[in-house]
Amino acid sequence: MARTIIPFGPQHPVLPEPIHLDLVVEDEKVIEARPSIGFVHRGLEKLVEKKDFLDFVYVAERICGICSFIHGQTYCQAVEAIMDIPVPPRANYLRTVWGELSRIHSHLLWLGLMADGMGFESLFMHSWRVRERVLNIIEATTGGRVIFGSCKIGGVRRDMDAGAVRDTLSELEIIERDTREITKVFIHDNSVKKRLGGVGVLSRQEALDFGCVGPVLRASGVAQDMRKLGYAAYQDLPVEPVTRTDGDSYARCAVRCDEIFQSITLIRQALDKLPPGEIAVKVTGNPKGEVIMRTEQPRGEVVYCVKANGARNLQRFRVRTPTFANLPAMLKLLQGCDLADVPVLVLTIDPCISCTER
Amino acid sequence: MPYFEMSFLALKWALRKPPTTQYPFEARKAIAGSRGQLIFTQDNCVYCTVCAKKCPTAALKVDRAQKKFVLDRLRCISCGCCVEICPKNSLALSTDHGSPTTSRDSEIYRGS
Amino acid sequence: MKPEQTLEEIPLAGLLEGVGAMRAKGGRMVQICATALPGQFELTYSFDFDGRLASLRVQLPASDPRVPSIASIYACAFLYENEMHDLFNIKVEGMALDFHGNLYNTTVKYAFGDTKAPAAKPQAAAVPSVA
Repeated sequence: MARTIIPFGPQHPVLPEPIHLDLVVEDEKVIEARPSIGFVHRGLEKLVEKKDFLDFVYVAERICGICSFIHGQTYCQAVEAIMDIPVPPRANYLRTVWGELSRIHSHLLWLGLMADGMGFESLFMHSWRVRERVLNIIEATTGGRVIFGSCKIGGVRRDMDAGAVRDTLSELEIIERDTREITKVFIHDNSVKKRLGGVGVLSRQEALDFGCVGPVLRASGVAQDMRKLGYAAYQDLPVEPVTRTDGDSYARCAVRCDEIFQSITLIRQALDKLPPGEIAVKVTGNPKGEVIMRTEQPRGEVVYCVKANGARNLQRFRVRTPTFANLPAMLKLLQGCDLADVPVLVLTIDPCISCTER
Repeated sequence: MPYFEMSFLALKWALRKPPTTQYPFEARKAIAGSRGQLIFTQDNCVYCTVCAKKCPTAALKVDRAQKKFVLDRLRCISCGCCVEICPKNSLALSTDHGSPTTSRDSEIYRGS
Repeated sequence: MKPEQTLEEIPLAGLLEGVGAMRAKGGRMVQICATALPGQFELTYSFDFDGRLASLRVQLPASDPRVPSIASIYACAFLYENEMHDLFNIKVEGMALDFHGNLYNTTVKYAFGDTKAPAAKPQAAAVPSVA
């Protein structure tokens, strides 16, 4: 049987993000996938040597358009850890609330994309209809829709008053109700089950070997969630990682569905316990030292290595995005799959290539 | 009911008003608290250049001697940094996001 | 809040042995971070042990930096190693999947690998412009 190479991307309807795969195909089976990324590498890690470390929050937040807030938060936490800045508890709780809101909107976005990827367009529309409500909460409380711009070193830039808390909680009721309707389809519908069940199975050991993170790792039965490290307000809010043991695309979908409800519960608890007080402390001096900060993004664990030598600019700023860690696993999943399953398998790791091209 | 989950959802929303708006004819309602366009009030400005120094995207250029304030709207990311530090409160963010434009011209304000 | 983590400086010759020990203990590969410092490169290999982070650090000379690939121990390291090569001009010997400098197509070759100027000083435009 002759081998054919089919190019997939960087422009492809299922994934409007610049990743290119050379699929080596024998008949309808994919034998091997060779990736190339780096089409839009922005060199943001180098930019840190020119920008003031306080202003760099704006850049850190723009690494990704979907998990933007958690990028900004992780950067702030890393610098705060170096400088030993005590972040006020209220700021920590607000960061948690906004981080969880961004997780809900990212997961709903992914559910929509997944539905679109398997040709279920009406479900895609419904997922994004609910996501719009989440974006409205975010816009009302932080001012931005996807770039929140509300985190700064030493705290947060905006407070939530009692009215905003009340509005958010009542809107969450509607979001929870609507999400339940949609996730019912994702979890119980036969056509979804048939399309995703058993496709792209990643065993527990493989997931660990390939260094997977986030929902991909948890769907294979590994209960790892960086929120258990207890950063921000997670030390007071219990987070039990959502896991599945099947390790297929359906399990990854189910993990993300359940995480939406987990996030809604966490937001309720955080807003319930929201401590009074200051929202930011003044930052003086320059950072000196280094730290590796890890937080849990919607797509998995993000790693920030920050090294500073006492100047206004940091010496090294390195971001390991979750997609970067999940790419080797995606290549493994593509080996031996059907050509028709490629879009599902590419989407199943929730790739955010723009994040990866920081 | 594994077969009809989607049918229920589709039927329910087929009988409702659409959640979308007919955009060019009906504008989106502004959300209170949204960070929209930057509004400059010239009367209080003393041209101290603090905002221009702090602007993360260099969208503001202020000349103290000529009493000139230049705002490049296409560079502005509405972060609100200048609003926070303006000593005279002459900058503010509206909830309106502005209309699309076809020109790249900056807005120039000259004081007397 | 400072996260719980350890950092161990090891000689370059002991790298494979150190990484192998991490693997034997069941560590998950987290990242490889290369840093260009004045006169040298610094590589940090981080591993996760169910929430606890352990890192190994090796130093490389600025001229002709070479490092053995850990692909035989952690297969998923190929992306990090290609990144090290493409951005820092560090030669990684024995990579599992070698892109030969084509993982990142930057306008400036080896844009991050400048070990001459002190890193903290603002530099000339070495960053490729946003596409």
